[in-house]
Amino acid sequence: MSDADNMRRNRNERQMIQTQTQSMTGEGGDAKMAASASLLFNYQRTAGAFDELLATNGEIFPHYAKLLGELEQFGAAELSRRADASQRFVHEHGITYNVYGDPRGMERPWQLDPIPFVIAPEEWQQLETGLIQRATLLNKILADCYGNQDLIRSRWLSPALVFGQPDFLRPCHGIRVPGDMHLHFYAADLSRSPDGRWWVVSDRTQIPTGAGYALANRLVTSRILPEPFRDNCVHRLAGFFLATQSLLAQLAPRQADKARVVMLTPGPHNETYFEQAYLARYLGYMLVEGQDLTVRDNHVWLKTLNGLERVDVILRRVDDDFCDPLELINNSILGVPGLVEAVRAGTVVIANALGSGLVQSPAFMSFLPGLCRHLLGEELKLPSVATWWCGQKDAREHVLKNLERLIVKPAFRTHLKIAEVEQDELRRRIQFDPDLFVAQEHVDLSTAPAWVGEALTPQPVSLRVFLVANGKGGYAVMPGGLTRVSPDSDGKFISMQRGGSRSKDTWIPSATPVEELTLLHGSNQSVELRRTGNNLPSRLADNFFWLGRYSERADATSRLLRSALLRFNPERTGGAKPLLAPLLQTLETQGQLTGISARPELWANAEAFEAELLAAIFDPERAGSLRQTADHLQRLAMLVRDRTSNDMWRVLSQIDDRLAAPRPKLVMLAGDAVGVLNQTLLGLAAFHGLARENMTRAQAWRFLDMGLRLERAVYLCTLLDATLQSPDAENPSLLEAILEVVDCSITFRSRYNLLPTIPAVFDLVLLDDKNPRSVLFQIKQLVKHFDKLPKERGDTASPGKTVLENCLARLEKTDARELASSSAKWSDSALAATVRHTLRALPQLSDAIAASYFAHSAISRTGRGDWP
Amino acid sequence: MNYHITHRTFYDYAAPVSVSHHVARLEPRATAAQSCENFSLQIFPEPALRKTRTDYFGNQLCFFAIQEIHSKLEIITSSRVTVEPKIPSQNESVSPWESVAEMFRDPVSPEVVDAYQFVFDSPQVRASQELAEYARESFGRETPLLAGARDLTRRIYEDFKFDPRATNVATPLEEVWEKRRGVCQDFAHLGIACLRSLGLPARYVSGYLRTHPPAGKPRLVGADASHAWFRIFCPGTGWVDFDPTNNVQPAEEHIIVAYGRDYGDVSPVAGILTGGGAHEVKVSVDVEPLE
Repeated sequence: MSDADNMRRNRNERQMIQTQTQSMTGEGGDAKMAASASLLFNYQRTAGAFDELLATNGEIFPHYAKLLGELEQFGAAELSRRADASQRFVHEHGITYNVYGDPRGMERPWQLDPIPFVIAPEEWQQLETGLIQRATLLNKILADCYGNQDLIRSRWLSPALVFGQPDFLRPCHGIRVPGDMHLHFYAADLSRSPDGRWWVVSDRTQIPTGAGYALANRLVTSRILPEPFRDNCVHRLAGFFLATQSLLAQLAPRQADKARVVMLTPGPHNETYFEQAYLARYLGYMLVEGQDLTVRDNHVWLKTLNGLERVDVILRRVDDDFCDPLELINNSILGVPGLVEAVRAGTVVIANALGSGLVQSPAFMSFLPGLCRHLLGEELKLPSVATWWCGQKDAREHVLKNLERLIVKPAFRTHLKIAEVEQDELRRRIQFDPDLFVAQEHVDLSTAPAWVGEALTPQPVSLRVFLVANGKGGYAVMPGGLTRVSPDSDGKFISMQRGGSRSKDTWIPSATPVEELTLLHGSNQSVELRRTGNNLPSRLADNFFWLGRYSERADATSRLLRSALLRFNPERTGGAKPLLAPLLQTLETQGQLTGISARPELWANAEAFEAELLAAIFDPERAGSLRQTADHLQRLAMLVRDRTSNDMWRVLSQIDDRLAAPRPKLVMLAGDAVGVLNQTLLGLAAFHGLARENMTRAQAWRFLDMGLRLERAVYLCTLLDATLQSPDAENPSLLEAILEVVDCSITFRSRYNLLPTIPAVFDLVLLDDKNPRSVLFQIKQLVKHFDKLPKERGDTASPGKTVLENCLARLEKTDARELASSSAKWSDSALAATVRHTLRALPQLSDAIAASYFAHSAISRTGRGDWP
Repeated sequence: MNYHITHRTFYDYAAPVSVSHHVARLEPRATAAQSCENFSLQIFPEPALRKTRTDYFGNQLCFFAIQEIHSKLEIITSSRVTVEPKIPSQNESVSPWESVAEMFRDPVSPEVVDAYQFVFDSPQVRASQELAEYARESFGRETPLLAGARDLTRRIYEDFKFDPRATNVATPLEEVWEKRRGVCQDFAHLGIACLRSLGLPARYVSGYLRTHPPAGKPRLVGADASHAWFRIFCPGTGWVDFDPTNNVQPAEEHIIVAYGRDYGDVSPVAGILTGGGAHEVKVSVDVEPLE
């Protein structure tokens, strides 16, 4: 969405809010009291927990006062409206979180509570100091473990914590990283205990996720609560991301202005894929998968349509042991072979450094106070939740004695599911292999106001905070964070993966107005003008091509089914149906209807027939149904999320939503279905319009349009072929249906004041290169695209081009006037042969495009000889 | 004893490979009882990049990348190795296994920290209570460490059948345990897992074994093979080798190439290919004794 849109939206909203508050205050002096009573009427401190809003004496903490005052002015009805608006924002921006193995589908909309969590500025400052100390400490520990290992030899750290851990990556030992910086990004989960102290519950050093969700929460919350956001002078998050950009630019082995930073993602099935795409776009980095990268001459390269381009810095969202199948996890073929050696050679920098997951084990927590004194000469400022590592004798005894009141966790990353283990068995396991277990004190989480029903309700919260290295040995803390809310009042765990929990924006108010920041470079900098953006990775070209194909497949399917449903009339069982045959035949040839022609009983039974058509639209289980096609579209749009506009995304998700809407049990009438198809077609038209009018004519658009043209030609030729094969080929009603499907009825009528005939229809639909829905038009567009594609090395005539030129020559040779005088049966005519020739050539063309531009060969592992 | 060793690995790929990265650990390492001279490593086609370094465990490692399209890869090493005869230690002179295991419980003295690394689970070797029970039959109360290890070696030799068709490089140890079959790699892993289940440090060794032709027959060139066994840490003595595949304590007919926590740390040649498809591997090893 553009800035202008944002401003307009905000302004509209503000006007609406003003009118509402005016009408409220107009009701008289008691209104404010009443509103106050209505928001907090049910707000009671939970016994034995700290409340973030109310002090023990029942007074509201000063840092919440301003926000609460404004919320009360809004009143419950207005807040509910804004809460709804926030969920709508979330949906429209496609903010999601993937849940593994969920039968309802992986992707979940992000759950946002509209009421921000407010932290007093003085308190935040203390937290900041403590967090910076902790990040510095963890980085020093990493540097030692991957270097001299003095801490182990001098007994400051138990060797088991390092040697016993799968997260200690031995191939990374001894690799020199720039500035001895291993931990570029760090996140911590904090909770506040009943006495009001903050504790670190877990450290995130491997891939500190969540900063993007914090940013998304801010985007939504600042829009639905613009007045409180402004009046509280909330610290902006942009500074954190500016610091991120500047750090990564500094890390590059090459000069900063040439440096290329990419974000490495495990792919769209990862739980935080949305966040990755969102951050990549916000930070201006290309989002790549392992297969997009290759190592040559000990450098990392990005595979693009124009060849290989060097990569300097990798912002890693892939677990470190999956980054290089050659040197790290042996049974994986994800990642980039040779990457570790390139890092070792210093030609590429990875953030966080490979191996940084080591210190996020909870077992480290019990060693941190001692290590902090030893390494930094200071006391640990921010305590960890009480933790006992069972590898130590005293700790083990304590844990075994207090097993029922402690939370036992695996000390290292493991497949072990402790929650499912009975206590006696757990005891035995701890005794057998004590190093593998830690136990932690349970923290009663503090509660903060959340919007539940129509009132503010205290709910348990925990806070994830984010730090980024400043490149000078220190860290910057994001002023804010990701607050998570547990739905149960006695919430022990808050996990997005378990579902059910919501999150909140986190506000650090300031006494004075805060500085506005932007990630775009200042205008005083001289900019080298460019007409092309970043080169397109081959994988994305592939995705755009299929996005084009599927969007057109959805369009053609909708048109065919709509015309079929409109013509299908239960009262005229015998009459109209044969004329539908070519339409249905087309869907069948494309694998979207099964066996309509082979099951004559369907033709006799109007209800079964109608059910069949409806299933081809709505049934998510049915191969090739419109619903499935829309899902594919949505999935492809997800894959190119960082390269398409929000509008395109919104249009496609609306199409998918609409098709998903009808409940299976709901009686669906043919008339309703036609309505849905109409809406779908409008949505697709909007999508194609956005593509045509809003995408620059660069490679992404070119591949999208090639996909569309190719698919349209496939459907056109299939339909025309089915028509010529039909015994009713010359029936004007059938030909009218064909014109309707390909959206040419109006043009036809303006040209001919006649009933349609085969020569006239085929002239318009097959051969007229001025008609954007004709076959020849598609072929000519494809030829134009081919001429603009990057040329293959030393190859002049690409196989795709040859195929296209043959099609073009044959179509151009066909003279519609000669058709009129033809006397042969249509099914055996030269016309039918031409249509079929084109139809056969199209898959070859698609294969040729794939071979030339999308070829990313799979990697494999060498075997070895037999052992004695 | 002196040996001239040649080790040839040949890959024949079904489809052309456009780029490949490999790691080879083929150079016999220097130990107290072994020295290596004139090591050479030849690779065809010529790699675009080739680097030798020492890995985390002190093994010599060669990283190489081939960037030209190829459908065959050949790796040939040749070396001259001298192995000093080892005299098997006497059981009586060695402390009971329990006291050794006790040394490797937290807190561990800095002197044995290096050996301590080999007590923990590694990717292919996981300790279990079941394996601990199996091992205890050899390690009864107060059994001297090496006597226990020798007995464990014998029992693996007797309880498990050598069967190259039963397992492959990816077969998990649990399956070897179940089937009671496997090859030298599996038996080495099994021995290590048993020892670690008792809290004792054990290492995986990859190397070669001199083979003797049947009486009256000439030695066949290239008929030898890579071999694997384990070693156990014995305080005061250092690491002591055991070969469960042959039920022997290696003396001067085992040549060490590399050691680590398990096979994954020391696989002789590993590679990742772009392209290649299905492929065949041929390995031939020749361990020629020199007089």
